[in-house]
Amino acid sequence: MTESYGAAFVVRWMEAAAGAVEREAGRLTELDSAIGDADHGANLRRGFAAVAEELAKEPPGTPGAVLVTAGRLLISTVGGASGPLYGTLLRRAGKELGEAGEVTRDGLARALAAGVAAVGQLGGAAPGDKTMLDALTPAVAALPESFAAARAAADAGAAATVPLRARKGRAGYLGERSVGHQDPGATSSALLFAALEEVAAG
Amino acid sequence: MRMLINVPETVVEDGLRGLAAAHPELTVDVERRVVVRRDAPVAGKVALVSGGGSGHEPLHAGFVGPGMLDGACPGAVFTSPVPDQMVRAAAAVDSGAGVLFVVKNYTGDVLNFEMAVELAEDEGVRVATVLVDDDVAVTDSLYTAGRRGTGATLFVEKLAGAAADEGAPLERVEALARRVVARSRSFGVALSSCTTPAKGSPTFDLPPGELELGVGIHGEPGRERRGMMTAREIAEIAVDAVLDDLRPSDPVLLLVNGMGGTPLLELYGFNAEVRRVLDARRVPVARTLVGNYVTSLDMAGASVTVCAADEELLRLWDAPVATPALRWGR
Repeated sequence: MTESYGAAFVVRWMEAAAGAVEREAGRLTELDSAIGDADHGANLRRGFAAVAEELAKEPPGTPGAVLVTAGRLLISTVGGASGPLYGTLLRRAGKELGEAGEVTRDGLARALAAGVAAVGQLGGAAPGDKTMLDALTPAVAALPESFAAARAAADAGAAATVPLRARKGRAGYLGERSVGHQDPGATSSALLFAALEEVAAG
Repeated sequence: MRMLINVPETVVEDGLRGLAAAHPELTVDVERRVVVRRDAPVAGKVALVSGGGSGHEPLHAGFVGPGMLDGACPGAVFTSPVPDQMVRAAAAVDSGAGVLFVVKNYTGDVLNFEMAVELAEDEGVRVATVLVDDDVAVTDSLYTAGRRGTGATLFVEKLAGAAADEGAPLERVEALARRVVARSRSFGVALSSCTTPAKGSPTFDLPPGELELGVGIHGEPGRERRGMMTAREIAEIAVDAVLDDLRPSDPVLLLVNGMGGTPLLELYGFNAEVRRVLDARRVPVARTLVGNYVTSLDMAGASVTVCAADEELLRLWDAPVATPALRWGR
């Protein structure tokens, strides 16, 4: 029998993501000061803290609604490029899930794939451009296999951004000087999948 | 680094409280970070709204007032504002004649303003957008974020603001703003890094005795790093970088802009050198503005922006303006 997950699971995922961002904010900011403007950790922490607070107050009833709410809040609180990009990822995935009260791992993978496609469209980036897509794309592809496989794929994708040359966002102005640094957006994207695996493992 | 602040977390709010105290003619929502003209919406007039990360003051809130912007949305330091701010500002200033968003070309600003356009249109506000991308130091290509928006933002906000003041409809104000962007180019030079309050140490490492040619207004690197030069030598490089990209056949509007940490005495001296180079290249200067307008916190350095003006643009430049940072006429 295929296991399925309800709204409470997705709420726990978002809370775990907020915890991970809080713990790793310093590292994200450090990565961002090498090739960006040293605010990725602070901006994401502000956003996910708002998400966790809102979901604790009034948790929506379906997995889709939880993701839509989380996405909306990220767009309203983060700013920069990461706000609209992370917000779109979750909002679009949530819309894809519709009104269903439960979701399977396969269903979640399909919804997140739609979210990742929307991120690519919004940001105009493709895998290999040294962005969050380099972690998200392999993670979503591996999710039907297992939560652990998705997490491992995200981590590997983030690590693989080190030798890449940035072509998008503020790191793009650095050109060759961006080579040799891990992308902060891919790193924070990997945190999302680490949180998902932790919550699934219970 | 010593800063005249309370704590880094409240610099934007503290600045807005001070702006409100100094300028009762503005309505400043400190918590939601929205600044609008107190008399907004102005009946029948197209409204202009801009916004961007803080740290570039007086841009944008210092340009809110008759003849220029109707509203401004400051984000966190060097971080674009969120769509909610622009939607709130648009709703507050729209008289029904529509709203023009003036957006500097950075990924974060572009994405947040795009979302704001959708949300504002859902609320029944007619919105047009102009993207400012004047910095010639950046190679423009399909595969990058493209040129950055810098000094030309002031020209767009002043000239389009004057057109809106004259009663031009949204389509005309938008077309004029695009024309200003197409006719404007900038080039910046840093003599020191900037320091953000949150980080407290220099954003980039510029050894003493060196300067960064083609720097961006967030301390983004430019074309190259060179040993220190005289104002005369820097002016030649900056002006030629601009003229390589735009050969004006009309007299120009000239902005010699300080990055925040360079004294006005030096800026005026630099302007003399810029003018000398423009004269030598046979580019007539119609109007000049010298001062700190599009800054990068405490960065030492300057940028040169040129806009090829025609009669209409000159008339709009001379039109009255009454904002905290730009004020003449009437």
